[in-house]
Amino acid sequence: MLKIKNINTYYGKVHALKNVSLHLHKGEIVTLIGANGAGKTTMLNTISAVTPPSAGNIIFEERDLAGLSPDRIVKLGICQVPEGRQVFKPLSVEDNLHLGAYLRYRGREGRAEIRRDLDDVYALFPRLLERRKQAAGTLSGGEQQMLAMGRALMARPRLLLLDEPSMGLAPLVVQEIFRAIEQLRQERGTTVLLVEQNAKAALRMAGRGYVLETGKVVLEGLPSDLLENNDVQRAYLGKDKKEIWER
Amino acid sequence: MNLGQQLAQYILSGLSTGAIYALIGVGFAIIHNATGIINFAQGEFVMLGGMATFFFFSALKVPLVLAVALATGVSTMAGIVFERLAIRPLKNATPINLVIITIGGSILIRGIAMLLWGKDTHSLPTFSGDEPIMLGGATVMPQHLWIFAVTLVVIVCSKLFFSHTISGKAMRACSYNRRAAGLVGIDVRRMVLFSFAISSAMGSMAGIIIAPLTMTSYDVGVMLGLKGFCAAIIGGMSSGLGTVFGGLILGVLEALGAGLFSSGYKDAIAFIILLLILFIRPQGLFRRGESERV
Repeated sequence: MLKIKNINTYYGKVHALKNVSLHLHKGEIVTLIGANGAGKTTMLNTISAVTPPSAGNIIFEERDLAGLSPDRIVKLGICQVPEGRQVFKPLSVEDNLHLGAYLRYRGREGRAEIRRDLDDVYALFPRLLERRKQAAGTLSGGEQQMLAMGRALMARPRLLLLDEPSMGLAPLVVQEIFRAIEQLRQERGTTVLLVEQNAKAALRMAGRGYVLETGKVVLEGLPSDLLENNDVQRAYLGKDKKEIWER
Repeated sequence: MNLGQQLAQYILSGLSTGAIYALIGVGFAIIHNATGIINFAQGEFVMLGGMATFFFFSALKVPLVLAVALATGVSTMAGIVFERLAIRPLKNATPINLVIITIGGSILIRGIAMLLWGKDTHSLPTFSGDEPIMLGGATVMPQHLWIFAVTLVVIVCSKLFFSHTISGKAMRACSYNRRAAGLVGIDVRRMVLFSFAISSAMGSMAGIIIAPLTMTSYDVGVMLGLKGFCAAIIGGMSSGLGTVFGGLILGVLEALGAGLFSSGYKDAIAFIILLLILFIRPQGLFRRGESERV
């Protein structure tokens, strides 16, 4: 579904992604793990055309994404839920969700259809329904994350890019978010590219994983293999510390 | 005329100039909210409105209603062209650079207007006669009523637009979080263009409805633009009621100052208020300090 070949992206003068290649099949959840500054967010922003690549190809459903602006990418069916939620704080929860369907409103799509999707989002995250009239900025972190995801879903994405959905959230809320991702995959077949620092939880749910280190893909494989891998354990799962100290 | 009547008179005429400042100020605020810049060329669109109406009406002998419509159209087009040629090509410019460019743009537009229409002051006929209306001790010109009505309609329309249409909400979304707006599929550049179109249309309407009272010339935009800016600052750059009240307060204080002390101080009053606001309440009179959960 998505094929990324030899992408190079510069973030200012920093060479943030060096010859990165990865691919996603339809209906897959793929996770991208790595330390802070490894280039995970840049990867998602490169796909979303926020920071366009300087070289390489991104092919989505047989289509080259080169030179498209962020709104065109959304139109093709790729939605990003950005790091730190980035909801429109002064607007109400419901307005935030309506704006998620902005392109569908522009495309003169039937209101009933959009309304139905709104109800679906409320069914997925009942807490948003309770707070639909409230300004988004007054929500808790977890609720804002749900809102950001709901907003992205309103565009009916075929590929969902999630950037650190668990960041700064209580474990129970994280569970709720992850359950929603799983539900999306099962019920709608949404393909998900999940960027996480919470490597263990991400790998538990994903079908495949990539490990990114200083802008390069250093490992790729099944979650079970990655969880077994010594380097991954040491770097991201906090195991094997003893050996490091003793060596 | 006793003092009470005088005061009523000053307040009434203050409110009508204040309404003009409000319209111009809302234009400032709309562009500021969409782009983060202060468009100092805003006053020139006010001038263009008045001057173009004069041109269509007096030189081309077009009926007044049509002249007003044409002039609004021309000024809106000018706003769109201005954004296309002067703002959009600069992809990575900082706000301060863009602000300086708008100042350059305003000088250019003023220069073109001077070359086209000369340096003379022109007058427009009032929209519906010069018969003053008595209103509780004060007299009002029918044109004042036009000013109130047009301002009210424009403000109400913009309020409806920004809080009840998806395009209006999308414009607000751009001002709250540009990057996220792009990520939900809003074409941010189109919204910026749109904001220039709306605010030049508003500015030109302000210029048109005040021209019959104060006359118009190629350089009226400077002062009116600064007064509108002042209104927007008092209102904390809100594109709604804050700036409207800002404009009205400014207009009334100016009129009172000019009437009770000396008309020489009229403009000084606006700038003293501007400075005081910037020193004491830079977030505007009506806005509470930023408070939100992160």
